[in-house]
Amino acid sequence: MIPFSSGTRLRDMIRAIRACKTAAEERAVVRKECAAIRTSMNENDQDCRHRNLAKLMFIHMLGYPTHFGQMECLKLIASAGFPEKRIGYLGLMLLLDERQEVLMLVTNSLKQDLNHSNQYIMGLALCALGNICSAEMARDLAPEVERLLQFRDPNVRKKAALCSIRIIKKVPDLSENFINPAAALLKEKHHGVLITGIQLCTDLCKVSPEALEFLRKKHTDGLVKTLKDAVNSPYTPEYDIAGIPDPFLHIRLLKLLRVLGQGDADASDAMNDILAQVATKTESKKNAGNAILYECVETIMSIEDNGGLRVLAINILGRFLSNRDNNIRYVALNMLMKAITVDAQAVQRHRATILKCVKDSDASIQKRALELVYALVNDTNVKPLTKELIDYLEVSDQEFKGDLTDKICSIVEKFSPEKIWYIDQMLRVLNEAGNFVKDEVWHALIVVISSASDLHGYTVRALYKAFQTSSEQESLVRVAVWCIGEYGDMLVNNVGMLDIEDPIMVTESDTVDVIKIAIKHHALDLTTKAMALMALLKLSSRFPSCSERIKDIIVQHKGSFVLELQQRSLEFNSIIEKHQKIRSALVERMPILDEATFSTRRAGLLPAAVSTSGGASLDLPNGVAKPSAAPLVDLLDLSDDLPAPSSSDGDFLQDLLGVDLSPAPTQSGLGQIQKAGTDVLLDLLSIGTPVQSSSPTTEILLPSQNDKSPIATLDARSSSSSLSAQATSSARAAPMMDLLDGFGPSPLKPEDNGSVYPSLVAFESSSLRITFNFSKQPGNPQTTLIQATFTNLTPNVFTDLIFQAAVPKFLQLHLDPASSNILPASGNGSITQNLRVTNSQHGKKSLLMRMRMSYKIDNKDMLEEGQINNFPQDLG
Amino acid sequence: MYLEKVIRELSGVILTRGPKLCNFVEWRGHKVVYKRYASLYFCMGIDQEDNELEVLEIIHHYVEILDRYFGSVSDLRLWFIVCELDLIFNFHKAYYALDELLIAGELQESSKKTVARLIAAQDSLVEAAKEQASSLSNIISQATK
Repeated sequence: MIPFSSGTRLRDMIRAIRACKTAAEERAVVRKECAAIRTSMNENDQDCRHRNLAKLMFIHMLGYPTHFGQMECLKLIASAGFPEKRIGYLGLMLLLDERQEVLMLVTNSLKQDLNHSNQYIMGLALCALGNICSAEMARDLAPEVERLLQFRDPNVRKKAALCSIRIIKKVPDLSENFINPAAALLKEKHHGVLITGIQLCTDLCKVSPEALEFLRKKHTDGLVKTLKDAVNSPYTPEYDIAGIPDPFLHIRLLKLLRVLGQGDADASDAMNDILAQVATKTESKKNAGNAILYECVETIMSIEDNGGLRVLAINILGRFLSNRDNNIRYVALNMLMKAITVDAQAVQRHRATILKCVKDSDASIQKRALELVYALVNDTNVKPLTKELIDYLEVSDQEFKGDLTDKICSIVEKFSPEKIWYIDQMLRVLNEAGNFVKDEVWHALIVVISSASDLHGYTVRALYKAFQTSSEQESLVRVAVWCIGEYGDMLVNNVGMLDIEDPIMVTESDTVDVIKIAIKHHALDLTTKAMALMALLKLSSRFPSCSERIKDIIVQHKGSFVLELQQRSLEFNSIIEKHQKIRSALVERMPILDEATFSTRRAGLLPAAVSTSGGASLDLPNGVAKPSAAPLVDLLDLSDDLPAPSSSDGDFLQDLLGVDLSPAPTQSGLGQIQKAGTDVLLDLLSIGTPVQSSSPTTEILLPSQNDKSPIATLDARSSSSSLSAQATSSARAAPMMDLLDGFGPSPLKPEDNGSVYPSLVAFESSSLRITFNFSKQPGNPQTTLIQATFTNLTPNVFTDLIFQAAVPKFLQLHLDPASSNILPASGNGSITQNLRVTNSQHGKKSLLMRMRMSYKIDNKDMLEEGQINNFPQDLG
Repeated sequence: MYLEKVIRELSGVILTRGPKLCNFVEWRGHKVVYKRYASLYFCMGIDQEDNELEVLEIIHHYVEILDRYFGSVSDLRLWFIVCELDLIFNFHKAYYALDELLIAGELQESSKKTVARLIAAQDSLVEAAKEQASSLSNIISQATK
């Protein structure tokens, strides 16, 4: 029997793979090898296990799946021999990660190996544990590792220290156990143990405030001394790098001192001298020295202020910034980022250099510098900085343009001192890099334009001019098309000229040309085309003389494969041809878009517009009243069919830019109905809406309450929070069921004979009457069963009748679905709805209820509200 | 396949960078430090708080350890092709060396001499085990003749 005889050797397999000329060839070789390995594994071939795993690891590195080899790792680890364990643990670390459940099976082997007599096997176990253990394994084996922190052999101690880092990161609760043994490592002489011990202490401080306190109090001085010794230590070839004895030790010490000195004046004091020494004496010709200086500056900036040290740090920073070595400059930019929090003025002084870095040839430096510039922008320097950035935008690389555009748009939006500046900058950006501008950015621009009424003329003229030169920039074209559609008349008549402008000659026909070119140039861009069609419709109304020509353009799309464009084409065409009378009303100047609502929606704070199920879309996300065009709802209902993907941010503007023909509620008061049902309920309970005054309403609801006993009063805080918790449930037939009542729906038993109570006319107006009939179940006096009957007193039928009710907190209300929501006219039928009210203060307080009824007559929304204070006394 | 994707993308980013540019890139929100030795690129992904210049030193530390181990040339500025093949055919040994340098991403030992000594000790354990196995097999094959 000759060992290692069966199958190819590792190097033969590697050679075979490297000899492959195509991916298919390689796959074939790998497949064959995997098959051989699998067979060998199935035969439980001990001798080849080692080699098989080595092959598997190589195959894994190439990217092929190797999960079938995971058990092999376990078997090898469980073997007695060192070579098997060595490769087994390596395989474990490469082929598995902490998410695999198989990993748990190794815990036992690990435990044994952590107690092995051979320190190298202990080392293997500590290494594997430290690299990939899961939280459970960490918990299981933490005591072993803790013990090993004091093992006699330094090799084991240093590995245990690093392994402990992973343990406390995975299970922070265990950190207390490690504090003392870790602190003991700080006194070591062995460099390996010292640096790993220092690292462990640093991570302990991050995870455990007790560790931080303890180390700060007891060990700061010791560490300062260690650093002093390190700095002053004589030359040893073993640790020397570029003339510095063990720079790694220096750096780790500086890091730990940083953590200890931060926020503590005494600790910071203790380290002043050594920091000054490091800052002044360290050689900065080689990378090792610079690495130490970098760390030193970072530490100085983080600890408590000492004027002299800060000056030293800024000096080093300045030197780094003007160094020719790109690495050093990169690191200097990092330092500056940190320095902003400490001394913003000093950083501002370097603005020119930083701006130069934005234009550097090194993409990494550009990125860093750009972030730094962004952090430096304030109200005073925003104008010159923006100018510089936009100037650079014109010459920058394509790869950088995206980032640069994003940052510029951010800056402009955040700091814009006046609207005309905002519009100017955005126009420049669109001109230069319109294709990189994100949708939400140009949406925001339109919102701002619409709100700057005195600038409409200026803006549309500027856009017109820009279009002449940069019509390939998509976003520019979209904004231009929208504005020309809206304000085309201002363009042609030079309306609203500002002093800085010169008049331009634009005819009505010219404006139509622009739109035509937009459509042609961006034939593939559906959003632009859709917007262009809309703009043409507006222009046909503003410039009736161009109607024919516009019609011809629009009609070209009636065969479009895109439904949205086809629909628009046909419908707009129809409007132009046959519905001239209403056309102007349809495309009247848009009202000012509500910036505040837009920005909150954009930030995702408000819920997305509630979509009505079926029927005409009466939704208006911003609740702005629009000119009523109700009769044409069905004809012109343009639902969100736009193929261009619109995020929830875009929905808002999509609705307005594309679907601005949806009819509005005729009364502003009705706008409330369109909102999510919770708004309605908030109104009912007068909670959470700062606009309405809550006190008078609560008084009406609870006439007997003067004190603020939490049970009795409408606890605004908790009610509104319980309401908002239910905010997503849409208000339909039984809204109160979701919001105030935890019980599931259960059928009422109306025929139960409790006491008989007189029925009550809960509400009566000229159009609607609601009658309540009461009953109670025997043995359950707190719960009142109410049957509500709705009668229509008008000659018009009511549709979509919705009844909502609110009760004070000591009552629980449950609504069953109504029998129907169509109420025939003149009392020729009624709707019934059952309610159940449970009174937790039965006998002490009587029932109270507030109601809101909404319904439609001829599709017009109606709303009525009322209160019931006069429930029969003996209901309780 | 995630590993392959990472390597592919990252190599794409790094290989296109010119020689004079700095050794740091940002990739998918991570910081990556890389250093080139002839035809070999050593890349390390690091945290935001890590010291980039130190990481360059760590990479160099590792390269020197590898060089000492594979023992080809004493002058590090000449990194022969031979060494690259050494790494490919003995990748597991490169990992063993790495495991003496880093654990959990942290530096374990600042003395190259100590690292070399530890690797050598473990290698000799492996040699000893091999010898034992082969002498055993000799005994067995003798016995079964």
